[in-house]
Amino acid sequence: MHELSIAMSIVEMAQEEAELRGNVRIQAVHLRLGLLSGVVKDALLSSYEMACETTPLEGSRLIIEEIPVEIYCSNCEAQRPVHSIQYFCCAECGTPSAEVTRGKELEVFALEIRE
Amino acid sequence: MSPEPRMVEVRKNVLKQNDVIARALRERFREEGILAVSLVSSPGSGKTTFLERTLTLLRPKYRVAALVGDLATENDARRLARSGAPVKQITTGTLCHLEASMIQKALDGWDVGKLDFLFVENVGNLVCPSSYDLGEDLRLVLLSVTEGEDKPLKYPTIFISADVAVITKMDLAEAVDFNEPALDRNIEAVRPGMQILKLSAKSGEGMQGFLDYLHKFQSLRPQAASAF
Repeated sequence: MHELSIAMSIVEMAQEEAELRGNVRIQAVHLRLGLLSGVVKDALLSSYEMACETTPLEGSRLIIEEIPVEIYCSNCEAQRPVHSIQYFCCAECGTPSAEVTRGKELEVFALEIRE
Repeated sequence: MSPEPRMVEVRKNVLKQNDVIARALRERFREEGILAVSLVSSPGSGKTTFLERTLTLLRPKYRVAALVGDLATENDARRLARSGAPVKQITTGTLCHLEASMIQKALDGWDVGKLDFLFVENVGNLVCPSSYDLGEDLRLVLLSVTEGEDKPLKYPTIFISADVAVITKMDLAEAVDFNEPALDRNIEAVRPGMQILKLSAKSGEGMQGFLDYLHKFQSLRPQAASAF
């Protein structure tokens, strides 16, 4: 369970951004969360609330966009969705691949601010 | 009335700080000619026994050291020190994984001289360590034959973050009806092409195969960039 420390990093990062922009009020943080990031969405959401307490972000929302896993398929010569997280092969042609091209994201993508 | 909220794009990796330190560590290991190998697994898979044996076998020929992470106690460091290699315990308190900054802090001011191999034993946990790059060259995920052949399917993320699967306690395989083809199949499903090494640190079976793999990896890795 490392979601609380991740949530605290998100809050810290958002606060820095708010300060850079002249102490704007942050209403929401948009996060891109890859299914291979090792972070659990629900645990992160509840940790976020805790991490915001007594900070200027108290009451703000965390909006999570889950990013699916994609691999590079040597047969299709293209980036393709993975069959499943338990079965790393191309969803279209079935060629196995361990070359993950998408799905490890843990990224603060945008902020909703009010000046 | 305050104006409508507006969206500003940020695009910042939450673990950037960790990744920056990990990159610096990787660079430092390369410059100093150290091969850094980390170990992840669930608690009780035999990381410490495997590492003690590895250190003991490597020590006559190589300069080796180990960092070992646990929530509490110095027990593992004491066990590993029996190999004669320098060992340092990192106690994480309540933290369920090691982060790159802990490796950096542990190495700073630790006078172990020149090293060929540095081993880093992570906290026993198959979930959280997968998110954190420690700057290692090689990450081993250990799985003992007593844990069940479907573990790779239950914890795919850690297998995807690792380079090699080490199957431990092979001396118990028969007693626990270990289904070897099923495990091979499951590892291949979550990480196609993953190298699998099977061994027993207790009996010694398969240890030479692991050392051979290490040597081969060491000889193939890119050397520090030479100045032109």
